[in-house]
Amino acid sequence: MTVSRREARAGWLFLLPWVVGFLAFTAGPMLFSLWLSLTHYDMLKPPTFVGLENYREAMTDQRVGTALWNTVFYTALHVPAQIVLALALASLLRRAGRGGGFFRTVLYLPVMTPPVALAAMFLLLLNGQHGAINGFLGWFGFQGPNWTTDPAWIKPGLVVMSLWTVGSTAVLYLAALTRVPVERYEAARLDGASPWRQFWHVTLPGISGTVYFTAVVNTIASLQVFTEAYAMFFGARAKASAEGDAALFYVIHLFQEAFGSLRMGYASALAWGLFAVIAVITAVQVRLSRRYVHYEGDRS
Amino acid sequence: MKRVGVWVALLVVTVAFGYPFWWLVSASLKDRAHVFDNALLPRPFTPGNYVEVWQAVPLLTWIGNSVAVGLAAAVAATVTSALVAFGFALFRFPGRNALFGVVLATMMLPAAVTMVPVYLEWHALGLATTQIPLWAQNLFGSAFYIFLLRQFFLGLPGEVFDAAKVDGASPWRLFTSMALPLAKPGLVVVFVFELKAAWTDLVKPLIYLREPELYTLPRGLKAVLDRFGEGGEEQWELVLAASAIATVPMVLLFLVAQRHFVRGTVTQHVE
Repeated sequence: MTVSRREARAGWLFLLPWVVGFLAFTAGPMLFSLWLSLTHYDMLKPPTFVGLENYREAMTDQRVGTALWNTVFYTALHVPAQIVLALALASLLRRAGRGGGFFRTVLYLPVMTPPVALAAMFLLLLNGQHGAINGFLGWFGFQGPNWTTDPAWIKPGLVVMSLWTVGSTAVLYLAALTRVPVERYEAARLDGASPWRQFWHVTLPGISGTVYFTAVVNTIASLQVFTEAYAMFFGARAKASAEGDAALFYVIHLFQEAFGSLRMGYASALAWGLFAVIAVITAVQVRLSRRYVHYEGDRS
Repeated sequence: MKRVGVWVALLVVTVAFGYPFWWLVSASLKDRAHVFDNALLPRPFTPGNYVEVWQAVPLLTWIGNSVAVGLAAAVAATVTSALVAFGFALFRFPGRNALFGVVLATMMLPAAVTMVPVYLEWHALGLATTQIPLWAQNLFGSAFYIFLLRQFFLGLPGEVFDAAKVDGASPWRLFTSMALPLAKPGLVVVFVFELKAAWTDLVKPLIYLREPELYTLPRGLKAVLDRFGEGGEEQWELVLAASAIATVPMVLLFLVAQRHFVRGTVTQHVE
């Protein structure tokens, strides 16, 4: 056997676990799910083929419309808020000098909190009457809303809560900021650029690759938002309430159809619907990036 | 003057991001009448909440389950992701780059797409109500960690491996006696990331676990929230005590492994 054939064989052997896993837990399930989406299947009787009926039902299902609207609304608030705050915090941290390590710890610690614990805490922190957040707003004379019970404020409340775990994005931006060449700032200062213009013309182009990356990844994650909202507003006591409707996100609806109503075929069709939405939004982001993202020589 | 502004801003940030932790611990030590009062210090001081919730629900069992599942998930993910990453980093063979492209693509695949069919697979195997689906998938490597460890292996000095290859060292020896020791910092990153992911996950336990004795801590905490929280018995001090118990191990993990978390976060997208 030649060296290169031996090398190829060894390489494939090392890759084997992943290849098996990919077939068993990704590629296989995707094909299976595609077929299931064309059936009615309740796990008791064998699946019956129904063609595109599940997709047709999804188009007219009012809860799908609600869930889709909630999810897109949440994402449209959450992703930009996350990016702006992370950028502000990273810029601030960059100026912290020697204390930087401490502040980075403070910022990142919330990321470690189990989401269910986060949900329990923020149900009370966001409480309209007694919550600390409205208490804080009260100091400035604002009457805060009922974040956890007013349908109009539930999603903004969830966004506020999500900002507490902005640390992982901020740490990423901080690393990107330290890679922007110092000479560029010096040149800009020589040209008499104000700090704001420096940010706009030096900092932002310098880290636009990172910002773009987080925008794409956060959007994909945000369109699948589930845990905190489920922990706060769904569960043992299934609520068919206004709150439940305002916090009904797409994956929550999918989860309920699959594991609550055991409508495996319909849930599979819903999953492919989400896949299509995510693919379209990601494709749009990729197109926009060609216009606005400035890559460094090393494309980091 | 500018420095002062920066420090004031940092102080505000510290208070804003630290306060919820302080509030959680403080409120978990208050009695029922004061749990909503937002006072910084709990008066009356009520550590009995912890005893009460400990007796009301099987917290120790849930912690044990979370430790077992978390360790199984972390060990499996670390070992197999390292194997696969090593294969991608060190060997040249046709189709390698295309396959690595597939690995990257699966990182972008929404987990919701495979949620139902993978559940049905475990169901067909008769394992759908056990803890096995919570970690066993990690035996086949995990895309993000493969990506991350490949970066580590590519950063190792290639000449050392070439020299060893010429000396006739087997690929397995290269992996176990050279690559693994050198990539230890990367392995630690994967281990702590997956430990944290398994410890905090609610989705899989919700799908797979039926028996309360099998619950992991987040699933148990959700049961506590359902029973003692909103619409339940309204004993929030117990919910918060249980939440604090679930949070503390992660805070400790972060304090001892902080640089690994930061490193893992930052490596996420360095191409």
